[in-house]
Amino acid sequence: MSIFIDEKTPVLVQGITGRIGSFHTKEMIDYGTNIVAGVTPGKGGASHLGRPIFNTVEEAVLATGAEASIVFVPPAYAADGIMEAAESNIKFCVSITDGIPTHDMIRVKRYINSAPKEKCMVLTGPNCAGTISPGKSLLGIMPGHIYKQGNVGLIGRSGTLGYEAASQMKELGIGISTSVGIGGDPINGSSFLEILKYFENDDETEAVMIIGEIGGPQEAEVAEYFQKHMNKPMAAYIAGLTAPPGRLMGHAGAIVSTSGESAAEKIVILKDAGIMVAPTPSDMGKTVEALLSSR
Amino acid sequence: MNIHEYQAKKLLAKYGVPIPKGGIAHSATEAIYQASELGGNKWIVKAQLHSGARGKAGGVKLCNSHQEIADFCDNLLGNKLVTQQTGPEGKMVSSIYVEEASDIAKELYFSIVLDRATQKVTLIASTEGGVDIEKVAEETPEKISKIMIDPAVGMQLFQARQLAFTLNLPNEVVSATSRAVMKCYRAFRDTDANLLEINPLILTTDNKVMAIDAKMTFDKNALYRRPEILEFRDKTQEDSLETNAAEHDLNYVGLEGNIGCLINGAGLAMATMDMIQHAGGEPANFLDIGGGASAERVATSIELVLSDDSVEAILINIFAGINRCDWVAQGIVDLMNKRDIDIPLVVRLSGTNVEKGQKILKDSGKKIITANTLSDAAYKVVSAWKKAKRGKT
Repeated sequence: MSIFIDEKTPVLVQGITGRIGSFHTKEMIDYGTNIVAGVTPGKGGASHLGRPIFNTVEEAVLATGAEASIVFVPPAYAADGIMEAAESNIKFCVSITDGIPTHDMIRVKRYINSAPKEKCMVLTGPNCAGTISPGKSLLGIMPGHIYKQGNVGLIGRSGTLGYEAASQMKELGIGISTSVGIGGDPINGSSFLEILKYFENDDETEAVMIIGEIGGPQEAEVAEYFQKHMNKPMAAYIAGLTAPPGRLMGHAGAIVSTSGESAAEKIVILKDAGIMVAPTPSDMGKTVEALLSSR
Repeated sequence: MNIHEYQAKKLLAKYGVPIPKGGIAHSATEAIYQASELGGNKWIVKAQLHSGARGKAGGVKLCNSHQEIADFCDNLLGNKLVTQQTGPEGKMVSSIYVEEASDIAKELYFSIVLDRATQKVTLIASTEGGVDIEKVAEETPEKISKIMIDPAVGMQLFQARQLAFTLNLPNEVVSATSRAVMKCYRAFRDTDANLLEINPLILTTDNKVMAIDAKMTFDKNALYRRPEILEFRDKTQEDSLETNAAEHDLNYVGLEGNIGCLINGAGLAMATMDMIQHAGGEPANFLDIGGGASAERVATSIELVLSDDSVEAILINIFAGINRCDWVAQGIVDLMNKRDIDIPLVVRLSGTNVEKGQKILKDSGKKIITANTLSDAAYKVVSAWKKAKRGKT
């Protein structure tokens, strides 16, 4: 299977009865995602969009065997929802919610990582567009039709910039094995590097592209791993060459606060490691094409 | 969210962190009153604005008489002060903090940050206080000590002690320093702070540890549960366009260029700005209108971009996922029916309902330049901007 999810993966939706949760659950079902249950505390026993609703994630997992979860819970309660998923043996969790307090996310990470390593839930997001394995399963809010099925792994912070990359690739006939949104927050459930390791070990992925931006140390971690341990070729694009230092650019994590965090510095670090960097955002597709033909 | 130095000190004092005595003033008369209340014959007076590097900009002064205090206030109050961190437009000074002057034996550095690499709250201390800590970290990293905090149990006293011992302090003040460090940590934790920086933390000649400067910033996503912090907000320190945008739940950052832009999604917005520069222009702003933008929201966003006088052309770039291109197009046309836009407007729509959106733009008969790709859009807006500029001169 592709990394994390495929057409068989049983998925539950936390916050399924809310306006946003409900809208996107319908979209995911239409795409072919195997949605088996929803969780809304206090509405257990009812059904919504033809799926049974449970009061707790634990009940939902016991009754339906759900292995993945997508969380559409408002920011104040989202951390709680993610920890509930981790405690209930969910293996892969996508958190869409934008605006979770950073101190909450620090606790969430500590909570998830307190489990034995082989049992740790993989969390992606928060503040992301989700994960899609084109043609198989969509766990997110992205428009499924712009992704072509194929063999390139995509990891990005921004939702719409990821759409831009996917559609440029589709235009050139390049498909995607899985696209993972890690989100725009300063504390991510998974880093670029953590997801990259899954792609390195994935039979269906031949090359990987990351779409980074200003702020944080994650692109530098990727560069080091690529140089030392990776066999698959990589491309990258980094947004924010024109972003002034010290200013928050929309994403809570998009701020240059120390050396090494600007787009220009990150581009140098990635290039030095041998990663092919797209010079402009309209060259993301062409860069992947060049990467694939240079093998 | 940023707060003033005097507010940060008030907060820290509530937690028991030692600070010098002081009082806030909004006029020269008030400042002199505060100085008389403090007593003594020398005072530090400090302009309150959301910026560091105030000293170098003339915003901090050691005064030896009431007259000196009055002169300082007359010069600064009601005026904008430009520092290395405010940008050329500077920031308004509407209050002055008057503080008793301390006799400094040693200047130290102390801060608490959210470290993105380890994803933990991290305490940083150095024997090199009162200077640029980034420079110390680069040139003499051995002079910087760090302690990571386990989020499950919080900070322990031994960690504060460890940190205090790295500061080469006299043994009799180590315990007071560790306690001050613990209190800072509690203040940081209890207020959802992103940053607490005390530079310098001083040792006085009579062996007391004290916070001489204090900077705190807070997580805006946690303000809903920190009403006491929200009360510290000072809108005069914020850019009015940015505040206006935030009130409409839009993410706006003003920049130096002339090409206004309006994009959905922060990453795509940054990428579009980069593309504008690549095409030979300079972006006037960052603006993320977010997901699910209604026609009204699009119109409000365009108005916002237009309210910046330096904007001479506009680029709208929407990749609709949750958004619908037809809603965006309708918002543009609605606004153009209401008011004239006499500068070039380039629109690139992609994703959900793109055909419908393009048809609405075309059928409107309005002067709208359409583009199919990101690079097409950037080149078109830059060339239209240059052409319009030539037409004017």
